[in-house]
Amino acid sequence: MSDDTSLNLFQQQEANRRRTVLLVIGFVAFFAWLGFGGDYIYYLSTRDAPRTAYHHVFPWFGIALTVVALLTAWYAYATGPEKVLWSTGARPIVDPTDPQEKQLVNVVEEMAIASGVPRPRIWIVDDPDPNAFATGTDPLHAHVAVTRGLLDLCSREELQAVVGHELGHVKNLDVRLMTLLAALVGAVALMHDGATRVLRGGTNLGGGGGSRGGGKKGGAGPLLAVLLAVWILSWILAPIITQILALAVSRKREYLADAMSAQFTRNPLALASALQKIEGAVAPTAAIKRGAAHLCIADPLGRRLTAHEGLFADALATHPPMAKRIAILRGMGYAQLKKEGGGVA
Amino acid sequence: MGSIMFLVVLVVVAAWLIGAYNGLISLKNQTLNAFKQIDVQLKRRHDLIPNLVNAVKGAMEFERSTLEAVIQARNQAVKVNATGPEGIKQISQAENALSSALQRLMVVVEQYPQLKATGNIGQLQEELTSTENKVAFARQLYNDTATQYNTKQQQFPTNVVAGLAKAQPADLWEIDDQAEKAVPQVDLSMKPKV
Repeated sequence: MSDDTSLNLFQQQEANRRRTVLLVIGFVAFFAWLGFGGDYIYYLSTRDAPRTAYHHVFPWFGIALTVVALLTAWYAYATGPEKVLWSTGARPIVDPTDPQEKQLVNVVEEMAIASGVPRPRIWIVDDPDPNAFATGTDPLHAHVAVTRGLLDLCSREELQAVVGHELGHVKNLDVRLMTLLAALVGAVALMHDGATRVLRGGTNLGGGGGSRGGGKKGGAGPLLAVLLAVWILSWILAPIITQILALAVSRKREYLADAMSAQFTRNPLALASALQKIEGAVAPTAAIKRGAAHLCIADPLGRRLTAHEGLFADALATHPPMAKRIAILRGMGYAQLKKEGGGVA
Repeated sequence: MGSIMFLVVLVVVAAWLIGAYNGLISLKNQTLNAFKQIDVQLKRRHDLIPNLVNAVKGAMEFERSTLEAVIQARNQAVKVNATGPEGIKQISQAENALSSALQRLMVVVEQYPQLKATGNIGQLQEELTSTENKVAFARQLYNDTATQYNTKQQQFPTNVVAGLAKAQPADLWEIDDQAEKAVPQVDLSMKPKV
């Protein structure tokens, strides 16, 4: 078992490093397209303008947007964990005083030992709904946050299993990719809102230029129109694309993190019962917003989609069906009991 | 053409050798590090026990023998001077004795709800549980890493470079079945003085 998981772990770490790089490249390339595409369209539409009118030759938009995207990606990487924690209103446990917090610190320390990662910083979100998430850029700079509701609801062993799941995410570098994604989703949403206003003015200008170009030169018209359509579509779709990306990366890795938790605690049934309790508390986790949903152990938005599997749910749910996760963990638990020669009861 | 093929094969073999060698060295160091972690946790436990015993002494006059067993086991464990994976048998024997003594103490505390009711004991119990878990998890990590290391150096084709990397099978941290599985004896012959 340990050899299998370690192989998985290694592959997952590699995949996460690769995907993080791809994500940054994709993000920058997308903005470069928005910028340079706009430049090109503007160039085409001003090419046949009279000598005295403005000719768009130098790709200012492209350069500016690419630089902005690079800075955003860097900023997102550097401050992502902070931003995620801030957005959930988590507070750090520095000197635990009440027994619950002390127990949480102990449990996290235990799981850090079991998983062989440095002890992460521990945060509490004062929300009555049980949930937990991890963030950070690497195991040395990792954060684990749990809600007050989780502390109230779960037994020590269940808490241990949940923390083990989160440290699984930390160990296989899921946190890096997912935190960056959360920060980029936020950045795109912000930029989109700002840019839509600019774009509204720009459409008229571009459209007018296009028809004028079409009148004079037959070849440039359709090309310009298609380019313009795709370009505008890109602007409109940007936040949706990033959302779907955020959803798509998070589902598969929940199963792996569950398995890693089982490996750390040697107690898959504890995680199964913890998940069941979390599932039972149907209320959405109010403190955790959409942008950070894919970081959590259970979908904080309480969406119905999470209960199903299939094409539609695969495209839109951040988390795999809870029932399936629980079933897999139970399977592990029974296999373990059988191996130890004990009964199920 | 033939020499180019030969060169390519040579480069591939060399690359694999380097990879396998480095993989083994990395696992070896991980194993050593995991062992150090057990040491750290054991030391932590040794430091904790005197405080613990002092704290419950007053409340648990009636379980003097259990407390004494814990102290004795602790002193035995501290005395063991072996270090490194070679001394693993000695250390693990003493530590397992301490573990079972502590477990007996925990069971005793469980038996007396009025003891648990005082916040102090509840906290101590949490500390004790956590300490025991930390030792157990450190042991588990060591065993997992050592098993991985051992498997790697025995499996073909990595075993070819095992000699080169001076890889030796690492001892696993055995759990003394007798001590671990024994049902703790609870002395209930004397009623607690409340």
